[in-house]
Amino acid sequence: MNIINIEHIAKIYQVGSEEVHALRDVSLKIDKNEYVAIMGPSGSGKSTLMNMLGCLDTPTKGIYDFKGNNVSQMNDNELAAIRNKEIGFVFQTFNLLARSNALHNVELPLIYAGVSSSERKERARLALEQVGLSDRIHHKPNELSGGQRQRVSIARALVTKPSIILADEPTGNLDTKTGEDIMALFNDIYELGNTIILVTHEEYIAEHAARIIRLRDGLIEKDEMVTKRYVPKKNGASKV
Amino acid sequence: MNNFLFELKEGLLISLRAIRANKVRAILTTLGIVIGIASVVLMSTAIKGIDNAFQKGVASLGSDNLYIDKWEWFNNDIPWWEMRNRRNLSLDEYKKYKDLAKLPVATAPTVWSNQTIKYRERSVEFIILQGTNEEYIKTTNLSFSGGRFFNEIESNGGREVVVLGSEVAKKLFPRGGALDQTVKIKGHKFKVVGVLSEQGSWVMGNFNPDNQAFLPIQNVFKYFQSENLRSVTFNVRAANSTMVEAVKEEAVGIMRRVRGLKYNEMNDFSINQQEALLKTINQTVGVIQIAGLFITGLSLFVGAIGIMNIMFVSVKERTREIGIRKAIGAKRRTILGQFISESAIICLIGGMIGLVIAIILSLVINQFLPTSVQADAFILAIVISIITGILSGFAPAYMAAKLDPVEALRYE
Repeated sequence: MNIINIEHIAKIYQVGSEEVHALRDVSLKIDKNEYVAIMGPSGSGKSTLMNMLGCLDTPTKGIYDFKGNNVSQMNDNELAAIRNKEIGFVFQTFNLLARSNALHNVELPLIYAGVSSSERKERARLALEQVGLSDRIHHKPNELSGGQRQRVSIARALVTKPSIILADEPTGNLDTKTGEDIMALFNDIYELGNTIILVTHEEYIAEHAARIIRLRDGLIEKDEMVTKRYVPKKNGASKV
Repeated sequence: MNNFLFELKEGLLISLRAIRANKVRAILTTLGIVIGIASVVLMSTAIKGIDNAFQKGVASLGSDNLYIDKWEWFNNDIPWWEMRNRRNLSLDEYKKYKDLAKLPVATAPTVWSNQTIKYRERSVEFIILQGTNEEYIKTTNLSFSGGRFFNEIESNGGREVVVLGSEVAKKLFPRGGALDQTVKIKGHKFKVVGVLSEQGSWVMGNFNPDNQAFLPIQNVFKYFQSENLRSVTFNVRAANSTMVEAVKEEAVGIMRRVRGLKYNEMNDFSINQQEALLKTINQTVGVIQIAGLFITGLSLFVGAIGIMNIMFVSVKERTREIGIRKAIGAKRRTILGQFISESAIICLIGGMIGLVIAIILSLVINQFLPTSVQADAFILAIVISIITGILSGFAPAYMAAKLDPVEALRYE
């Protein structure tokens, strides 16, 4: 069954007196345990599509169906609940709470989900272990390297066991070697049965995915399976 | 519930961290609340002190007393010019009243005169001289530090004797020894037969017995003013408070007869009671209370605006954090709660500091005005500071809650 089913969505922004068509007419389906990369130059609408997929924003036109829920009609609080339960975000700039340690950062989505304190701590610890950071749980973001910070944010994305993991340029702020490690971690997560949507403008990063969707001027230019998928060596992640 | 407590705790920790990170700013903002709460608590404490002093002053009049007078003291109904046109009460009328009245345990005529008292080179100006008789002392609760009140013989004979209030005695005889000395009033000599102990109800001003002197009533008419200048007031004491009403009824009957009023004529005298004074004082204190709390409330309001301002800055600074929280599932009300509890906590801390300052300052005020910070002031301070925090935090928190996660995440 499809997790995501998008039909003819469009997003129009009003900038002054001008209408900006960020997305014109986009339809796509994403299945469970897919590994999809969304590519496109800046201004192609990939950020808008990502916000849409992440339920951070709703389309102006069209239908967005997420596991049978009509997201396009939802209000703020319903969107927040969907994001909390179904979507794990990984950002380019990590977006961790600077004043909280790794454990608390990973715990945060569970707080909003109303999980009890002891269960929360246990699950957060497991998620950090899964990304290979069990020895860093009490460190604050400024005491961690870029790669470690990204691992914390991946642990935060995993901890709620979401339906999709949405990664926006996850290697954009990392050096090539560390980026490769993070991509290996994503591959492990994918092989464990998770659904990953990767937004990037780097061809070699996109090639880690099994399917690439290319956007241009608010339309899908190409949607194809990757014939020679790049599979990195196992690195960093342990089996759960 | 646990979740709520966690969020509250988290909000507290975050706000404490934010306060520590911006010490000077936080101190300056909290200062507004500190001053606001301190002044509200101090004002309510001071008002309590004033009220206590008034009540004490009134109590010194005695609850069993009536005062038959030309004037209604605390009057709301009778126009003042109507009272002015009443005939003065005279000493003769007093004597008639006294002969006829069966119920009072003591009655005394009083008339006052404003005079300067001299002893050698010392003098005290603007003293209220009370001309009265020997029963006056029984209509009051006054006590003596030395000597006695003048007696019936001295009173009836119009002897040149005087009883001094403690303050008057202190000024004329700084080293003590006033008894049996001769003081001069308007050139006439009077022997001091008694000195009152300190009564200490400052609210009564010149009507405080401490600032008065007492002498036989005839002497006032003989030496200082004609009998007709001022109306005589009759101080009447009932045996106890249950008798007050009966004494009053009797007094009205007798006075109407003495004054020769026909059945269809209105009373041309008034019977005053401490109760009426209490009523007036309560009204006065009420006005002071409202005015005082309004003014101090303004300073609290200014403090609240400071908090609101700083919360707006805080929301602006933490836009990205709000974006992160929203992206990972924080609902509007969660963000709202976080910022409101933060502002409430800042205000509460400020309120506690203000309370401590108020307690310290009230010890100073206590030197002039016997008072202390009561338990209700504690609760008042805590409740007011929390409410202030919630109200001033609401608008910034609402702004935070309404932020669009996409824009908030993009915010640098």
